[in-house]
Amino acid sequence: MSIKFKLNNKDIELNLDPSMRFLDVLRNHLNLTGSKEGCGEGECGACAILLDGHIVHSCILPLANVFGREIITIEGFKETKRYQVLADAMLEEGGSQCGICTPGMMIAAESLLSQNSKPTDEEIRIGISGNLCRCTGYNMIVKAIKTASKKGDGLW
Amino acid sequence: MVKHAIPKNVSEALNYLYDGDYKVIAGGTDLMIQKRNTAELPPNFNSNILYAFNLEELKYVIKEKHQLRIGSMTSLETLLHHPDVPQLLKDVIMEMASPGIRNMATLAGNIANASPAGDSLVVLYLMDAIVVLSSIYQNRYLPIEKIITGPRKTVIQSNELIKEIIIPNHVVTQTSWVKVGGRQADAISKVSFAGAITIEDDRVVDLRIALGAIYKNVVRDRNIEKLYRQETIAHLKDEVQNVLSHYKDIISPIDDQRSTKDYRFKVALNLIEDFINKL
Repeated sequence: MSIKFKLNNKDIELNLDPSMRFLDVLRNHLNLTGSKEGCGEGECGACAILLDGHIVHSCILPLANVFGREIITIEGFKETKRYQVLADAMLEEGGSQCGICTPGMMIAAESLLSQNSKPTDEEIRIGISGNLCRCTGYNMIVKAIKTASKKGDGLW
Repeated sequence: MVKHAIPKNVSEALNYLYDGDYKVIAGGTDLMIQKRNTAELPPNFNSNILYAFNLEELKYVIKEKHQLRIGSMTSLETLLHHPDVPQLLKDVIMEMASPGIRNMATLAGNIANASPAGDSLVVLYLMDAIVVLSSIYQNRYLPIEKIITGPRKTVIQSNELIKEIIIPNHVVTQTSWVKVGGRQADAISKVSFAGAITIEDDRVVDLRIALGAIYKNVVRDRNIEKLYRQETIAHLKDEVQNVLSHYKDIISPIDDQRSTKDYRFKVALNLIEDFINKL
């Protein structure tokens, strides 16, 4: 069965088992390895991507469910100004250490900021509540998102 | 060989369900984990799968005079931000999973999955929700408690699709939602409690209590609730031990990896007591 969707602004058509985890499709069939597998059950957010602009966990997303939708992965997001502002803020605030959660955190931040460009600390914590980080203790990530929201004024 | 169907619209979906033995998957947030396979292999689905998540016709929230109609494929995150969704339902959704899961998860999935710990079910029971089941023959309108018959068991037929969830308007004075779980996000309930009360002239007009993860189904007992209609609030508070003794008889929690039956039993009663004491 042929499955068509938009991935990082390009039209894609795949003939694969529609029940496949979208994370496996990205990593093994499309060579996009920015999305990571942590828990494999939707709890850690390392595999987060944007589906029509909203964060979803690709490890529990069947390929069939992206039919006709627009997907942005961290690789696609990297081409935007918003990404650069967020990445700079993460560096500035020490929001990334080992890096395994970082792509997912960036996606969570983008999903949040695109709906709410001036989030409070509490709203940021809710926004990244599905993303686990074992290094930073979250405070630096929250700060980074706050900094990005200030420095990227008008971008979101 | 498992067959996969991605219907373009509801009528095509109903035809698939009529023709073949398909299981419906919505957001997949439970099923994809339940059927998880070893690394990098597709999930172990042992039946034909119909993917309903992209049925745009079933994504809506319509406010009518006496009820709210929610299309079955509306995501929980959409409901969370929708102005017409009752606050109590939003309170529940806010504590379900995380944004990434809520963007895929649906009320219909929670209903079909029929987990005793399904959080949205507790409030759907409390609000007298009606579930609309569609087949090529008819629409069936069933109260939520008639849909779920036991853990992971429902009366939904193989040719039926959950089309809509109807929530009747309910004028309340006070509501409460308490979820007891291991952490704030992504937790499955150890115990959950929803309460709603309508008070007029200091008397109970309508009292509703529902408990989750405490029995094989959500617990809601209209007979107990009726006993306290027309009571004054002061009297209801005096009677609180009496209320608890009724619920003691009908809840029967289990031990599992998340909690113990003793803890669940005690906490469930404490939550009822706390709700009444705080009126």
